[in-house]
Amino acid sequence: MVDNLIHLIEIIIGTILVGAFGILFGLLTKGIDRKLAAHMQWRIGPPIIQPFRDVKKLFCKENIVPRNAVTWLYNSAPIICLASTIAVLLYIPLGSIPPVLGGYGDVILILYLLTIPSLAMVAGGFASGSPFATVGAQREMVLMMSYEFPLATTVIALGWKISTLHPGSVAFSLSTFARYPVWNIMGPFGIIGAAILLVVMLLVTTGEITKVPFDIAEAETEIAEGLFVEYSGKNLGLFYLADAVKTVVMASLIVALFFPYNLSTYLASHISLPTIAWQTVDFLFYLFKIEIVIFFAMTFIRVSVARFKVDQVVRVYWGYLTLAALIALLLIALDVLL
Amino acid sequence: MNESYTIPIGPLHPAIHEPITLKLEVSGERIVGVDVFCSQVHRGIEWIGMNRNNAIQSIYLAERVCGICNICHPLCMVQAIEKAAEIEVPERAEYIRTIMAELERIHSHLLWAGVAAHEIGFDTVFHYTWALRENVMDLIEYLTGNRVTKAIMMIGGVRRDIKEEGAKKIKEGMKFYLENFKKIEEIYLHDPTIKMRTRDVGILTKEDALKLCAVGPTARASGVPKDVRQDFPYAAYGDYGVKAITPDVYNGEVHGDVFDRIIVRLLEVKQSVDIINWVLDNMPSGPLLAEKNLVKLKIRLKKAEGEGIGRVEAPRGEDIHYVRLKAGEEPFLSWKIRAPTYNNVLPWIPMLLGGQIADVPIVAASTDPCMSCLNRVTVVDTDKKKEFEITKEYMHELSVRKTRRLMRNGR
Repeated sequence: MVDNLIHLIEIIIGTILVGAFGILFGLLTKGIDRKLAAHMQWRIGPPIIQPFRDVKKLFCKENIVPRNAVTWLYNSAPIICLASTIAVLLYIPLGSIPPVLGGYGDVILILYLLTIPSLAMVAGGFASGSPFATVGAQREMVLMMSYEFPLATTVIALGWKISTLHPGSVAFSLSTFARYPVWNIMGPFGIIGAAILLVVMLLVTTGEITKVPFDIAEAETEIAEGLFVEYSGKNLGLFYLADAVKTVVMASLIVALFFPYNLSTYLASHISLPTIAWQTVDFLFYLFKIEIVIFFAMTFIRVSVARFKVDQVVRVYWGYLTLAALIALLLIALDVLL
Repeated sequence: MNESYTIPIGPLHPAIHEPITLKLEVSGERIVGVDVFCSQVHRGIEWIGMNRNNAIQSIYLAERVCGICNICHPLCMVQAIEKAAEIEVPERAEYIRTIMAELERIHSHLLWAGVAAHEIGFDTVFHYTWALRENVMDLIEYLTGNRVTKAIMMIGGVRRDIKEEGAKKIKEGMKFYLENFKKIEEIYLHDPTIKMRTRDVGILTKEDALKLCAVGPTARASGVPKDVRQDFPYAAYGDYGVKAITPDVYNGEVHGDVFDRIIVRLLEVKQSVDIINWVLDNMPSGPLLAEKNLVKLKIRLKKAEGEGIGRVEAPRGEDIHYVRLKAGEEPFLSWKIRAPTYNNVLPWIPMLLGGQIADVPIVAASTDPCMSCLNRVTVVDTDKKKEFEITKEYMHELSVRKTRRLMRNGR
């Protein structure tokens, strides 16, 4: 009984800490992304703390609810969006720190949880009763349906490979992924397959966090921010935070699946440091990995292409990326058979 | 999802930088109906020219018709006045006017290219293009003293000369653009994502372009070789011999889509560079103004009676100013501006029908619309406190009434 209570309190404190980390680091990441993008675009760009100022300003502003909106849904959508995004972060290991809810779910659960923020955005868009938001919500649904399949294929391909090599382990648990890093267990075919899957995953991330070229649901010049057209003040601020956390979540997922390496595993035998220090080093290394992933999945892509149209987005995800993911699956299967 | 609904684009919308309303009938993402509502801004420029200003003051007013076409509007207007008052412009002034007009075309087309890139979400290209555009802006500032409203036109000539130093700077600037043209061409004509968004989007057939009287790059991209500089040369264009650029010059085919409009504009930038270089090499010497003394010029204009039409190929297409002078009156008796956007708005309808919502910004931008040029008339009934637009039937009725009145007076 007391054990349960302590465990519960641990989880609550952990959730608060992880939530705070997700929001703060997400905003910082946004700032870094904007700065890097600006330099690539021949501009100076805003200071790195600009997203914090933006959020501060949004939270000072009034919430405006349109007259023909469904008020309760309209107001609850941003909260659901942020909460569900933070919930995903609870299942992902941060460096060598195990996830808060480690024992309660696996990658399959994460895949399901990842759809909730998008669904909340769709609900909020439909609830705001604006034609622009309706178009945006429709586009978001199309986008979501498009990237789910390549995303699922990636996760299943990797999980399957691990389960064939280590039948005893829990195949889809992220701690298993961390114990057997993808690149170490693959043969030559498997490495090619995993590399293809990594590219697929990076492009899925761009869609998941709705950035150019896949930002059809919010396309500023086309449908005036689409889903968020009616949102203002705190509600918009919550969506902004959810977007920041989602960026961290997606990058963490890639890091957890493809680069679960920690410095402590390799260096602890050479340098002796207390455990807490090693955890800090690993955590910083993990943040560094996230920034690298975000640079390639978001900053680099969004400055180098134009926005696609809906049919083109669907073609990219259902056509090219699904095909690439299936080829990678075949390569990994070949690897298992040989 | 077969139910269609209406989406209003404008009067305020991030895709359209100036007030105009597009009512789109949309089924899912597909556009099944388009209607355009103009006249959201009316500034009474012609009214001021006909009631408050004298002719020389109106030059500066004409400059402010549009922030970008601030050479072609005053050039067009002074041409009309010169015809009405029979003033002969010195040759050197004509050549300087040509240089200014072509510099404006370079800056306007680059500005447009940047905006087009922004409309399809390609912000990097937008920033790069605008950074390249800064060079011509600096050149314009050096030559005229201003970046935007250049104040260089004068009735019967120009106000500033291009000296040795200036000619050298222009040559350097033109060299810069020739060197960078390859880069711009590489970005706009070979980038796969730009091609994906613009090829076979917003098609305007040659028949539609002719039927709807499209002008400028919009018409040329549909394969209509019309260019005022070629068909009715003014300034120094007659000496140079401009040839209208159609997209088949580049790749031998005409699609009439947004991509073709990009091709036409980019090639025109190159053409402008050639024209400026030629004009600089062949610049005659001589005076800049037909009448240096402003007071004398004013008196001459006051005495003048007659009418004139100025035609100028603005970056967006043919610009027309009609001016009528009456002896003894300082303001114009009549002044009518017909800016190119007026012709290029109606082609939006065939371009957009059957397209997607995502196409709207780039298609609308592809004609390089300029609403501040476009809007002239809003009818307000102050008694009934009501604003309305003049329909075709009402316009016809008014015309019939006026014709009858004129016929009665004539008898």
